[in-house]
Amino acid sequence: MTDLLFRNVRLIDPAAGLDQPGELLVRDGKIADLGPSLGQPDGATLIEGDGAVLCPGLVDMRAELGEPGGEYRETITSAAEAAAAGGITTLAALPDTRPTIDDPALVRLLRTRGEETGSLTILPYAAATRGCRGEEMAEIGLLHEAGAVAFTDGARAIGSARMMRLILSYASGFGARVVQHPEEPSLAEGGAATQGELATRLGLPAIPAAAEAILVARDIRLAQMTGGTVHFAHVSTAEALELIRRAKADGLAVTCDTAPPYFDLNETAIGNFRTYAKLSPPLRREADRLAVAAALADGTIDAIASDHQPRDADDKRLPFAQAAAGGAGLATLLAVTLVQVHGGTLPLIQALGLLTVRPARLLGSAAGTLGKGVAADLCLFQPDRAWQVEAGALPGKAQNTPFDGRALEGRVVGTWKAGRRVFGA
Amino acid sequence: MHHRNRHLLQIEGMHPPQIDAMLDLAESYVLLNRSGKTQRDLLRGRTLINLFFEDSTRTRTSFELAGKRLGADVINMSVSTSSVNKGETLLDTAATLNAMNCDLLVVRHDQSGAPALLAQKVDAAVINAGDGTHEHPTQALLDALTIRRRKGRLQGLTIAICGDVLHSRVARSNIHLLTAMGSRVRVVGPPTLLPSNAERLGVDVFHDMKSGLDGADIVMMLRLQRERMNRSLIPSFREYFRFYGLDSEKFAYAKPDALVMHPGPMNRGVEIDSAVADHPERSVIKEQVEMGVAVRMAVLDILSRANHRND
Repeated sequence: MTDLLFRNVRLIDPAAGLDQPGELLVRDGKIADLGPSLGQPDGATLIEGDGAVLCPGLVDMRAELGEPGGEYRETITSAAEAAAAGGITTLAALPDTRPTIDDPALVRLLRTRGEETGSLTILPYAAATRGCRGEEMAEIGLLHEAGAVAFTDGARAIGSARMMRLILSYASGFGARVVQHPEEPSLAEGGAATQGELATRLGLPAIPAAAEAILVARDIRLAQMTGGTVHFAHVSTAEALELIRRAKADGLAVTCDTAPPYFDLNETAIGNFRTYAKLSPPLRREADRLAVAAALADGTIDAIASDHQPRDADDKRLPFAQAAAGGAGLATLLAVTLVQVHGGTLPLIQALGLLTVRPARLLGSAAGTLGKGVAADLCLFQPDRAWQVEAGALPGKAQNTPFDGRALEGRVVGTWKAGRRVFGA
Repeated sequence: MHHRNRHLLQIEGMHPPQIDAMLDLAESYVLLNRSGKTQRDLLRGRTLINLFFEDSTRTRTSFELAGKRLGADVINMSVSTSSVNKGETLLDTAATLNAMNCDLLVVRHDQSGAPALLAQKVDAAVINAGDGTHEHPTQALLDALTIRRRKGRLQGLTIAICGDVLHSRVARSNIHLLTAMGSRVRVVGPPTLLPSNAERLGVDVFHDMKSGLDGADIVMMLRLQRERMNRSLIPSFREYFRFYGLDSEKFAYAKPDALVMHPGPMNRGVEIDSAVADHPERSVIKEQVEMGVAVRMAVLDILSRANHRND
């Protein structure tokens, strides 16, 4: 493998607090050196950055892959293609597939399937309960040993307080994190939109925003009681974020992420029954969107995940309440996050931290930094380059983007996995 | 004998001299039993009733043998706990027993505190043979005797009690006895099988066998009941065995001369591997059974004397 020299790039490494123009040298697939000027290393292939940002490959801590069992929606190969186009080189895959990832052999299989793509490290979540049914605890110890990065029932909330208590307690014996879909199931059942005027006008069954806060409040209390570690996925409401903010201030082992739709869109995106904007949790009211954006800036939110949920046209071409929830998110993760940067509410280095080192640390991964000697997983992007999202023209198989038609600034021009270019000319 | 308590309901609250006295007397019964002699006049004319509300072949047999070796008349009563109103049944039973002029009453019950309740209502000396998840005092005494005979002392030993401590009356009695006698006690198990505030009982808490067994003189394994898995306290037996089952590899974390104990009956391949359970030098599991008879003879002896004096 020949050496690579990135020249005339803006190096941003949130882990090191680094943001400066310079150069970066890749040797044997690893980051060999970086600095203002590295001279003329012999035989290195030159990559001219034209002032573009070079940062660690993005670490997406929450995505559904479709495989195994939902290959008509997405395969690991197609997801890897979309991820590479989005600058993502490491991805944590949800376990509520068919079969469920609740057996150590399946955890190992997912890791291997990621390696086979050559462009994407897959960090498998494992099910917290068998079959993600919420009834019996999964083999958390054996799954952890096999390489599961955390435990979750994916799109399903662990609804029983007793079961959540046991899981938090048991997982704490292995130092493992439990990831919760924070939505009180009995309040959310059958709901299609957030409760409010819009849902009332459209005549849609509604989910109260409090369904999120109620489960978050309960699980914070259970984490405190058990000494367990809980992480709330795709938090979308002001009330839940305030609870998390307070728990963090109290020193509890509580973390959370959100996804771009929740700080970039509000409930009006479902407009006249646009099913591509039907998500789980549902898009919220504007005040909640603003609260999510504020929580990104003040550090309450630990990571931004794509929350990629591939759906095919048939899943979505249904009356709104019957259509599948979920949006594609791999290709738009970076650019939608940059909206916050361009809007002046979030510094670029902080935004990239939420997309790289911070989720990596939550997942126990060494990825997400530009440290010397680490694998050269890199993302090169032009922060000001404009483009328009177009469902049907996205990389990968899933086209169900809630951002269809959205004009964005910030485009990935190259992605490298262990020093090998996996996206861009 | 300085043991003036009328009953043996729990180890908690017993003082080291009382425990020593019981163990010393039990020691003498070990020698007596081994010599093949008997002392059938000691409890002659006394009536011992084994009142078991919960099945237990081994404890009942042990008490039966102990009573017979000392010359008592032994009667076994098994009472089904499935009868409708347990509270009422228990007190009705007490009235019946009083009418029978029973001297020594050995009680096992699935409810914590049931022997203590009976003790308030019967004239006989009550011996707790295991109540719910509370205590099993004679098991702790026989374990202590086994350890003392092998290690020469209880003081200063490091003892790891491993597995389902949450539901174990054996563990509770052992924790009280061993900490009172100056041993350092650890409990080791998955968080879902350890009681809350365990450290308040004076033990150190571990969630992995490697650190929990490191430097231990004694490894006490507890029985894991299938019911624990049905209630999702652990995910599977294979996972339990992998992380908490005592096999040769995990036993090697303990001291080279560490001994393994188990109150029985064992689930081989769940909490203990046969290679360890049957180890000729380091397993004292069969010896525990032998000590059980001697300890129960000593307990019957002491309580019948104490009650005799109080008559």
